[in-house]
Amino acid sequence: MDLIILVIGAILVKNILLMQYLGNCPFLGVSKRMETAVGMGMAVIFTMTVASAITWAVYKNILVPYNLVYMQTIAFILVIAALVQFVEIFMKKTLPALYQALGIFLPLITTNCAVLGVALICVREDYDFVNMVVYSVASAVGFALALVLFAGLRERFRIARIPQPLQDTAIGLITAGLMSLAFLGFSGIA
Amino acid sequence: MRIVREFSKGFTTQLPPFRLVLGLCPVLAVTTTVENGIGMGLATTFVLICSNVLVSLLRKIIPPKVRIACFVVVIASFVVIVEMVMKAFFFPLSQSLGIFIPLIVVNCIILGRAEAFAAKNAVHYAAVDGLGIGLGFMLSLAVLGAVREILGAGTFFGASVFGSSFEPFALFAKAPGAFIGLGTLLFLMNAFDRFRNRARQNA
Repeated sequence: MDLIILVIGAILVKNILLMQYLGNCPFLGVSKRMETAVGMGMAVIFTMTVASAITWAVYKNILVPYNLVYMQTIAFILVIAALVQFVEIFMKKTLPALYQALGIFLPLITTNCAVLGVALICVREDYDFVNMVVYSVASAVGFALALVLFAGLRERFRIARIPQPLQDTAIGLITAGLMSLAFLGFSGIA
Repeated sequence: MRIVREFSKGFTTQLPPFRLVLGLCPVLAVTTTVENGIGMGLATTFVLICSNVLVSLLRKIIPPKVRIACFVVVIASFVVIVEMVMKAFFFPLSQSLGIFIPLIVVNCIILGRAEAFAAKNAVHYAAVDGLGIGLGFMLSLAVLGAVREILGAGTFFGASVFGSSFEPFALFAKAPGAFIGLGTLLFLMNAFDRFRNRARQNA
């Protein structure tokens, strides 16, 4: 039961993009077309889950026992950067079809603050292993959901007549604000 | 004077996050009050100057293929310093900024300046560039923080602005207000630019 609340909380109530303000650069950057948004969403779901699991293990098994918690930021960013690089090479060799689909988005993920953010939240909230995995999958799904919904809205902008000073980023941010307002409505359910 | 130009571009043509649409997460997240905005701005400025200087000093040593990883390590080291200093001397501020202090590591402005400027220019230019962009970033955070604090809580630096009869727009203290506030500021800046260009053409 607690896990269901955690999942709903992470996807809808505390949506990582619209409520926790993490990962906004790719949110505005790759949401102009539906296909790229779906590709980025999938890449994030995959990387975020693996990255949180590894950083969690590093934190519990290396940083805490050896009193190195102050190195957390450096350790986490290095783990994520190395992981992204490794996943890229591994995918290229073994899953070329998936690599073709996700390839260009993988390097971008290193600087996606949502991945580091979720890893940090998992450690801060002191989740156990199951909660940590569930929370990071759900957060990533929430990210993908918001990104795909936003891309759908943004595709409509092409046929709308938008005043020139509002075009592109300005209208994008205001639309994201309205979406975030809609997601605020979920805060009653958990 | 080139050095003056490198400094002032942070406030004009490359003012982040309006002209240089990078590093949006901290802008949206910590601008609930002016104080938080300025604190975040100063922390980012410090990291930006230090990382720019070090990257510029090391620019002939770092092999191009692994440069991004090297930049990230340099930036992360300074972020750890900021994190510790803030915890030691500004504890309440570090509590209210929360995970956004370690997240300065992935602020794309810093990596962007290292890659686009510091890795190609001499140390003094890199330092001035970091200072200019950092202060521009702080200014933007302070402005958005002021708008959100005045509308969302009816206060400015914690002091009441409108008196007790004012009912604050709670919306502006929450996430939607951040997006809409930033979008509106960006719109106003674009509109102002357009107006100025048109006035210049007519003159």
